[in-house]
Amino acid sequence: MILYHLNHLRELEAEAIYIIRETASQFERPAMLFSGGKDSIVMTHLARKAFYPARIPFPLLHIDTGHNFPETIEFRDKMVAEIGANLIVRNVQDSINSGRAKEEKGPNASRNMLQTITLLDALEELKVDAAMGGARRDEEKARAKERFFSHRDEFGQWDPKNQRPELWMLLNGRKHQGEHFRVFPLSNWTEMDVWMYIAMEKIDIPNIYFTHQREIVKRDGMLLANSEYITVRETEKAEMMTVRFRTIGDMTCTGAVLSPANSLQQIIEEVAASKTTERGTRSDDKRSETAMEDRKKAGYF
Amino acid sequence: MSDFSKDGYLNMELLRFTTAGSVDDGKSTLIGRLLYDSKQIFEDQLEAIEQRSSQRGFEHVDLSLLTDGLKAEREQGITIDVAYRYFATPKRKFIIADTPGHIQYTRNMVTGASTANAALILVDARKGVLEQTIRHSFIASLLQIPHLIICINKMDLVNYEEAAFEKVVDEFKSLSSKLDIKDVSFLPISALLGDNVVDKSKNMSWYNGPTLMYLLENLHISSDENHIDCRFPVQYVIRPQQTEYHDYRGYAGRISSGIFKPGDKIKVLPSEEIATVKTIELFGEEIPEAYSPMSVTITLDRDVDISRGDMIVRENNVPNILQEFDVMVCWLNSTPLQGGGKYALRHTTKDARCIIKDIRYKIDISTLHRNEEDKKIGMNDIARISIKTTVPIFFDSYRKNRHTGSIILIDESTNETIGAGMIV
Ligand SMILES: Nc1nc2c(ncn2[C@@H]2O[C@H](COP(=O)(O)OP(=O)(O)OP(=O)(O)O)[C@@H](O)[C@H]2O)c(=O)[nH]1
Ligand SMILES: [Mg+2]
Repeated sequence: MILYHLNHLRELEAEAIYIIRETASQFERPAMLFSGGKDSIVMTHLARKAFYPARIPFPLLHIDTGHNFPETIEFRDKMVAEIGANLIVRNVQDSINSGRAKEEKGPNASRNMLQTITLLDALEELKVDAAMGGARRDEEKARAKERFFSHRDEFGQWDPKNQRPELWMLLNGRKHQGEHFRVFPLSNWTEMDVWMYIAMEKIDIPNIYFTHQREIVKRDGMLLANSEYITVRETEKAEMMTVRFRTIGDMTCTGAVLSPANSLQQIIEEVAASKTTERGTRSDDKRSETAMEDRKKAGYF
Repeated sequence: MSDFSKDGYLNMELLRFTTAGSVDDGKSTLIGRLLYDSKQIFEDQLEAIEQRSSQRGFEHVDLSLLTDGLKAEREQGITIDVAYRYFATPKRKFIIADTPGHIQYTRNMVTGASTANAALILVDARKGVLEQTIRHSFIASLLQIPHLIICINKMDLVNYEEAAFEKVVDEFKSLSSKLDIKDVSFLPISALLGDNVVDKSKNMSWYNGPTLMYLLENLHISSDENHIDCRFPVQYVIRPQQTEYHDYRGYAGRISSGIFKPGDKIKVLPSEEIATVKTIELFGEEIPEAYSPMSVTITLDRDVDISRGDMIVRENNVPNILQEFDVMVCWLNSTPLQGGGKYALRHTTKDARCIIKDIRYKIDISTLHRNEEDKKIGMNDIARISIKTTVPIFFDSYRKNRHTGSIILIDESTNETIGAGMIV
């Protein structure tokens, strides 16, 4: 009977497509969060597969911190044009200008926390009742606890001690007025699965995932890209290094890794040999032991 | 992490397993040990739990911290909700659901167990079979988890004695004779110290069986799906708004069971219309044979009125089409089940409402006897009930088909999922 057995990547693909279709069916105004990172690119690819030959029947929503890598924005705009998706952008800068959000101070200032405000405002403004995100359970210990369909109260908050049971694949998206859901189609994927799938499906990704020369500032054991968004301290200096990124977030908090990998095959070998998690390159998770849980409870992705 | 070739990785099978057993029997520690000894823990994760353990003044690194990720769990030293962990060996990729043992969180155990192919049931060698061991084993058998591995844990605390192991094996066997279980194995282990988890124990020369890792890598799982009865619940109808696809109608969904091929004569439920499968496709690619658990899009040779919640089946093999049937239900909410009460119901992709016609009996967990007198079904109780639905449901018995035999009940005022039902 081995003949009728899906390999595990195809099984994960089938599961994710099921979840995306379920979201499109059960909700009135779903949206897919798009950050320009590999997970949201894979999720968008799966959404195309789910509804082909029709277009993706919901908008992509990008919460732009204003601190993105320029390569990410370029990639985003090219991809959206190619697949004919409807992209909505909401800017953290606008939340700051209107006084809804307050910029952090100091050399480690980041807009990571502010994103949540812009996100929740955008969900309310656009009346989004289900926001799909590319978060994976293998990323972080609080994310390991998340359901596929994760209920949020009217304040956008997550109550990890009181989650709805989720039986089989019978996903319950019923809710009261004002509440919404976060949906995680890639829950069961690992970093390795994502890379293998990108290689298998030949999915295009931003070039900063591959090796390149870049001016780097070493800070707290992290390799930060030098940019207008970070302040180089007196004790620090910016040096050219051969690097690539394992995850793509804000330039202010995403660390690079030294790497000569210039093909997917080499990236996959690197991931297989890696001794640290990919979130290890993110300073936003290093702020405290429960940094992710605290942010998630408040409505972060 | 272990090295594997790309081709090897693509040919791996996926095994989903869950932990079960009473509180503190060592489930989370075992998962931590499994990850640790198979070198699947990253340096930054290990550093974090080493730090946390030494802050707390523990002698050992507390491996349960690898799955107990919530603040409240770490404070109380117990698991509250399911944690999912992933690891791969050159043979298989594993999805682990580490579930809580505490009775209060049984609903989370059911959540983790509902999609598992195998369950590791932990028993403390000193305490033997406890009420939660029985409850979880009963739930595992109700859920028809095909493989149960009974891990008799904390062998280090009983001097690794064979007699202690045998005593628990006997206890469990007298329990399992009352359950519907296909495949059971017994293992003596120490999750804390690693005996028989990944490496063979040096302390139990009397034990000649496999290690836990060996078992997990070699369970026969390919026959766990139903490839006979063709069932395709329609999830979404694809009607492109582009002129080039003006007449296109695709029925999107995930195959529950059976094998579908182009050219198959099919019947649509509930309309009973007959048609032929024209193509089975995904992203423009035609699929010659589609089977569970694939997500695909089916097109037919003619226009039929089909919407979400309908089911495509083979003309000569149809499921039950009924409005009244019996269900074994695990109650998951603190508000008790109401005899005569009305609930929302979800079955495959179909939404309906139902009324509870009768509470037939409740299972007495300590004896596993049927109690026909006690009709009060509260949180964590298991009962057989008769229900009547507003529309016909297309189902198979849960024993024949986990996908078309399962339902959930939803409280219409709170919208919470309050019951997990297996159709008898
Ligand atoms: N001596 C000894 N102690 C163990 C062993 N396995 C687990 N423990 C200890 O038992 C306690 C409970 O372990 P956990 O892994 O948290 O138990 P659990 O089954 O996950 O508990 P819940 O998830 O809350 O139901 C911890 O103090 C462990 O260190 C073992 O093999 N030997
Ligand atoms: Mg535990």
